[in-house]
Amino acid sequence: MPLVLSEEQRLLQSTAESFFREKSPVSALRQLRDTRDFDGFSRPVWREMVAMGWAGAGLPVRFGGLGLGFTELGVLLEASGRTLVASPLFSTVVLSATGILLGGNEAQKSALLPRIANGDLLVSLAHQEGPRHDPDAVAARAVARGDGYVLNGTKVHVVDGHVADRFIVAARTAAATAGASGVSLFLVERSAAGVSVERRIMVDSRNMAEVRLQDVAIASADLLGELHQGGRVLNAILDRGNIALSAEMLGSLRAAFERTLDYLKQREQFGQLIGSFQALQHRAAKMFCEIELSRSVVLKALQAIDSNAQDIALLASLAKVQLAETFRLVSDEAIQMFGGIGMTDDEDIGFYLKRARVAQQMLGDEHYHVQRYAALRGY
Amino acid sequence: MEQLDHFRAQVRAWLEENCPASMRTPVVADEDICWGGRRFVYQSEDQKLWLERMAAQGWTVPHWPRQYGGAGLDRAQCKVLQQEMAALGCRAPLTSLGVIMLAPALFKFASEAQKLAHLPGIARGEIRWCQGYSEPGSGSDLASLQTAAQDMEDHYLVNGSKVWTSYANMSDWIFCLVRTDPRAPKREGISFLLFDMTSEGVSTAPIRLLSGASPFCQTFFSDVVVPKANMVGEPNKGWAIAKYLLQHERNMAASLGRPGSGRKKPMEQVALETLGDDHGKLADPVLRQSLARLQIREQAFALTMQRVGDEMKAGADPGPASSILKYCGSEINKQRHELNLAIHGMAGLGWEGEVFDEGRIARSWLRSKANSIEGGTSEIQLNIIARRVLGLPATS
Repeated sequence: MPLVLSEEQRLLQSTAESFFREKSPVSALRQLRDTRDFDGFSRPVWREMVAMGWAGAGLPVRFGGLGLGFTELGVLLEASGRTLVASPLFSTVVLSATGILLGGNEAQKSALLPRIANGDLLVSLAHQEGPRHDPDAVAARAVARGDGYVLNGTKVHVVDGHVADRFIVAARTAAATAGASGVSLFLVERSAAGVSVERRIMVDSRNMAEVRLQDVAIASADLLGELHQGGRVLNAILDRGNIALSAEMLGSLRAAFERTLDYLKQREQFGQLIGSFQALQHRAAKMFCEIELSRSVVLKALQAIDSNAQDIALLASLAKVQLAETFRLVSDEAIQMFGGIGMTDDEDIGFYLKRARVAQQMLGDEHYHVQRYAALRGY
Repeated sequence: MEQLDHFRAQVRAWLEENCPASMRTPVVADEDICWGGRRFVYQSEDQKLWLERMAAQGWTVPHWPRQYGGAGLDRAQCKVLQQEMAALGCRAPLTSLGVIMLAPALFKFASEAQKLAHLPGIARGEIRWCQGYSEPGSGSDLASLQTAAQDMEDHYLVNGSKVWTSYANMSDWIFCLVRTDPRAPKREGISFLLFDMTSEGVSTAPIRLLSGASPFCQTFFSDVVVPKANMVGEPNKGWAIAKYLLQHERNMAASLGRPGSGRKKPMEQVALETLGDDHGKLADPVLRQSLARLQIREQAFALTMQRVGDEMKAGADPGPASSILKYCGSEINKQRHELNLAIHGMAGLGWEGEVFDEGRIARSWLRSKANSIEGGTSEIQLNIIARRVLGLPATS
């Protein structure tokens, strides 16, 4: 498959970019933050995204989706990343819909996916328990009782958890053995007895939550995928999540770079534009090279999901390392090149620095994924 | 499709018939590479025969038109030829600076008479060319070159010196940037001249490099008489040709960054054998991370080469990409050699003797340092990206 976007994909890209530029510029995120908005995202903008079919972009038509691929989903995320749009696109559409599609049975899929596609249902993935990404570290337990299970544990950094109607929860059902993680995935209603959710305000003004599960009764019909085998589905979700997140990061870091470049072309010091200084030109050129490498790995990884390639896991770690390091570089350089003005809250560029670190950390930062890449390459 | 299958069968039969057995073995030593030219010492009769037979078919440059020594094959046919040669393990019959560096400029800028005079000799491997660009006083600032070609009415008189002339002492002709108008702004007084290295007044002196090898020369010109017909393009318009060729050179240099180029065993295998493993992980955790980071860069770079290629096929301008690829490719290759040294430890720094494979690791490490200097330094590539791609203002 050629490593370029098709004409239809480019059209979607320009539609999405102008939509977000108009409906959800960085000032929209600033306003959500300053008004301490209850949802942390704009429901009217989300409804418009749903109306365009984006909540079901990657879902099959029979579940109310547009039947597009992950590449198209990546195009949407990249566009939304440009203006740091807060929306359930990542939590509900990328992580959770993918999880239901990969792990769910026919009944679960037809009950939930159409409701995701039409915007009725927000679902969050609740897998993490510690401050750093570690998908194997699952201490939450589900014990069989009667016709179902009883769930106990605490999940942290659950993306969009405070607005979710439902959670996909990873819980231990057995000790890990060769070939099986001993972890299972469950669909949990937010309104179920024993579920408590507390919003956590993060540095990037986007949304996370802590989810406590105390003696939550789960019907056996809400087991997602096979018992004890949830680790495999979880890893598949995380790979796709990292690739989609990398696409979003690509949009954000490209926008941050463009803003920085514009600034270099208008700020004068010593009687000349600071962009004429070679010390800054070379650093800008190096950033541009890293951005070019980033574009290639993101597109390749998205296409790999759509063609169900063998090396999705490797490409997910590759993309996350490249994008995390490039976003770090670009956001740091942006602040330095903006100088004092970049340190002020009035200037938007700071939002990109804040988002950079959260996005890097989410689902594993570059330190985690370098090690995973080595392991996947057999050393 | 049927025609192509027919062509494939013909190619295969011809190669089976005409490629000597010894030319179907892998290229291992420097002598295995056939450069051609009047002064070339053929490694074997087979090597000479293989070049002659392929040249007679036009298959040293299969995509060139027939009148210039090619076979006039289209893209699909060239691919078939390539595939069939690879299937039989046939060596490249000719490696030539004339083919890869000069010919693109001749096709674009030369007169018909010049094309007919020079391209067939290149195609047949009869004339070996070298490139006269850099000068002792003109490295990164190439356009400041001083080698003069004085207009003597019926000929040019060339005086000056070139440096980093690859294999000048083995070459028959040189394509050379010369100053024809010393008073014009530096880029507007340069011309592109071709001349015979056996002309009176031409001399060469090999330069010994850090690696111990001497692939480059300094070349001296003292009152060299060059016919006027040997100028490609108009007088004082040579800089456009120079830039065109430099971009071309950058594209080739970029391929250095591809994983596996110039290496036989995968690096992770070498690392596991040299450093040992600890429950399947490379025993040294810091080198393990360095290796993973290198391979991530290699893979990201290879994908970028692929993307740029695919974009060009879709009609994009390759211009801006060549500097990015040249910069990244050469930096990655240097990084790879540094890591290779680290993995091998002191054994990688051996210089002589069979135990050190005659210093292969150290010598190729030293060679890699030139990657970010030759063909435009990394700093020059960054200047080009900043100015031409990012549109940053000129440094005052």
